[in-house]
Amino acid sequence: MYDILIGPMAWVSFGVLMMGLVIRILRYIRGLDWKLDRVAYTKNISFGVKGALRSVVLWLFPFGTRSWRDHPVFTVLVFLFHIGLLTVPVFLTAHNILLKEKWGFSLWTLSENAADGIVLLVITTGLLLVLRRVALPEVRKITDANDLTVMLLAITPFVTGYLAHHQASTYGFWLYAHIISGEILLMAIPFTKLSHFALFFMSRVQLGMDFGIKRGGMKGKGMAW
Amino acid sequence: MTQGKLCNKRPVNTEEELHSLLADKGGKSYYEEMQDLDVDASEIASILEKTLKSRMRTWLEICTHCGLCADSCFFFLANNRDPEQVPSFKIQSTLGKLYRRKGGVDNEFMRMAMDTAWSKCTCCNRCGLYCPFGIDMGVMFSYLRGICFSQGFVPWELKIGSGMHRIYRAQMDITTEDWVDTCRWMVEEHEDEWPGLTIPIDKPDVDIMYTVNAREPKHYPEDLAEAAILFHIAGENWTVPSIGWEETSLAMFAGDWEGARLQVESVYEAMRRLNPGRMVVTECGHAYRATVIEGPYWAGLASGKTPVETFHYVEWVVEALRNGKLKIDPSRKIKEPVTYQDSCNYVRNGGLGDIAREIMGYIAEDFREMSPCREHNFCCGGGGGLNGIGRYRRERNIGLKVKRDQILATGAKLVITPCHNCWDAVRDLEEVYRIGIRWSFLKPILLSMVEIPHHLLPKE
Repeated sequence: MYDILIGPMAWVSFGVLMMGLVIRILRYIRGLDWKLDRVAYTKNISFGVKGALRSVVLWLFPFGTRSWRDHPVFTVLVFLFHIGLLTVPVFLTAHNILLKEKWGFSLWTLSENAADGIVLLVITTGLLLVLRRVALPEVRKITDANDLTVMLLAITPFVTGYLAHHQASTYGFWLYAHIISGEILLMAIPFTKLSHFALFFMSRVQLGMDFGIKRGGMKGKGMAW
Repeated sequence: MTQGKLCNKRPVNTEEELHSLLADKGGKSYYEEMQDLDVDASEIASILEKTLKSRMRTWLEICTHCGLCADSCFFFLANNRDPEQVPSFKIQSTLGKLYRRKGGVDNEFMRMAMDTAWSKCTCCNRCGLYCPFGIDMGVMFSYLRGICFSQGFVPWELKIGSGMHRIYRAQMDITTEDWVDTCRWMVEEHEDEWPGLTIPIDKPDVDIMYTVNAREPKHYPEDLAEAAILFHIAGENWTVPSIGWEETSLAMFAGDWEGARLQVESVYEAMRRLNPGRMVVTECGHAYRATVIEGPYWAGLASGKTPVETFHYVEWVVEALRNGKLKIDPSRKIKEPVTYQDSCNYVRNGGLGDIAREIMGYIAEDFREMSPCREHNFCCGGGGGLNGIGRYRRERNIGLKVKRDQILATGAKLVITPCHNCWDAVRDLEEVYRIGIRWSFLKPILLSMVEIPHHLLPKE
C-alpha cells in the first residue's frame, strides 16, 4: 500500500497536477481574443509586458498594492498561509529524503522545529481565514461550500502530516491519511479554485496587459496598483 | 415569443419606433411590457458560448470570495456596507448564475439582472484594482448589459439612447443641419467680442479635429463657443466635422455593441475624410472611453487605436499651457480651495491623472486632493449611464453620498469636473444634499483667467 502511494500514485498525482495546469494555462491563452477582450495583446507588446510585470510583481509582495495595504490583517494571514503552503512541502526533510531515494537529488531542507512552526502557522492562518469568512458579513454573504472545501483540501495534508510526525502510536494511520490527502490536493488543483495556483498569474498578466496597452498604460506611468 | 410593442429585443432603428418610446412617459408601459417579455435561453447560451471566453470564465470560476472587492465599491459603502452590494456577490448572482445555468433563466431573473447591472454598478472598474486576481467586475457588468440588451431587458432611457445613436449617430436627435446651425449660431453670438472667431466645418488637413458630446449643441451650446474661443486664443488650426462630430455612446451604456460600433465608425470616417493631425475630444469621460479606448475594438481596428491620434481635452489644455499657447494671468488663478473630480474613464481607465494635477498647478493656488484620488478615486456616483435612468434615481442618490463625503473632506467649495457625467452627478448631489458647493468644466475657468493676446481684442 505504502509503496503504491509513494510510487505510482505519486506519479499520477504529480502528472495530473502538471498536465492539468499546463492544459488550463494553454486553454486560458487560447481563449484570449483581442477583439472580444478588447485588448490588442500582440500590438505595443512592450507596454503589455510592462503592464503585466507591474500587475504580477506588485501583488506578489505583501503591502505592495493599495488593496493589500488597506487590509493589513488579511494580507498578513494570506501571505503567511501561502508561504507556508508552498515552502513546507518542498523543503521538508522527510520529503527530501524521499526525493533523494526516488530521483537521486534533494533540496535545502527546513529544520524540524522550523517545519513544525510553519505547519502550525498554515493551520492557524487557514482557520483564521475561515473564521474571517464567518465573522465578516460581506465575506459570509459570498462564501459557499466550495470555498470551505478547498480550504479543507489545502490544510488537511498539513494537519495529518503534523499528527503523523507527533503521534507515534498512530503514525501509520496519519501517514497514510497524509499521503492520500496530499495526493488528493495535488490532483484537485487543476480542477478547482485552487487552479489559481497558475491562473492567478494568467489573470494578473491579462489585466496588466489590458491596463498597459489599452487603459492608460501608454499615456500614464502605469497603473498604481 | 412574447415581445412587447415598446419593450422587445429589437433595437430601435427608425424614428417611428423612437417616437413611440419617447411618447411613453417615464417608460411606464415599457416596464409593464417587460414583465411579460420572453427570455430566449438558447440564444443566451449561444452568446455565452461564443463570447464568454477564458478571461471572464476564469474570473467567474476562480473568485475565492475573499471579499476584498467589498469596500472598493462605492455602492457598498453608501448602502451601509450591505453585503448584497459586494461586487463579487453582484456579479456571481447575475452573470455567474447565467453562465452556470447556460442561459436557462426566466423573466424575473433577467429583470433582477438588469436592475443589478444598471443600478448597482456604474462600470467604474475600481473593484478590478482591489482584487488580488485582477477580477474586473466592471468589465463583466458591461458584458452582462450586452446580454440583457440582446433580450430586451434594458432601462427605457438607454433603449432610447441606443436608438438615437443608430438613427442620428448622436445620443440626441440632432441632425447634421442642427449641428452646423449651432456652430454658426455660436460664432454669430461671439464674433463681436472675438473678431475673427470661427468654427471651421469640414476643413481638411487641419491640426485638430474637435468632437463633442451631443449635450453641448443640444443644451449647452456655450460650451462649444468656449472651446472655439480657447482654440482661437491658442491660435489652433482646427475644425469640426459636419458628420461624425459626436463622441458619446449611450449605446455603450446600453450594451448595444452594434450601435456602439456604428457610432464610433462615424467619427473614424470623419477622421479619414478630413485627415487631421489629431482629434481632441471635449470634456467628457465616457465619450473618450467609448471612442478612443474601446471604440477601435468595436470597429475591428487591430491596432487598438483610433485612425488618428486622439487627445482628451485635458491633454490639449496641458499642452497649450506648457507651450504658452494659453497663458494664465497669475492674479486670476483660483484663490479659494478647489478640488478635482478624477473621471473613472480617462483617469483610472485612461492614465491621465498626472495631467489633471499639472493643469491644477497652472490654474489653482489651493488645490486639494480628494481621498482617495487619481486611479483610486471613487466614481462620481452617476457613471455608466446611471445619471440618466429615472427607474434608479433613488439608488443613484444614495450612491452620491460617497462623493459628497469625499468633497466635504477636502474643505473645497469648488469642484472641477471635466466630464459630463461627473459634472451632472456633482450638480445633482448638491441639489439632493445641499452642501454648498459649485462645480465647473475647465473651459469657463480657463476663459476667466487666460491672458488675451492684444491682436485678438476687438478694436475700439
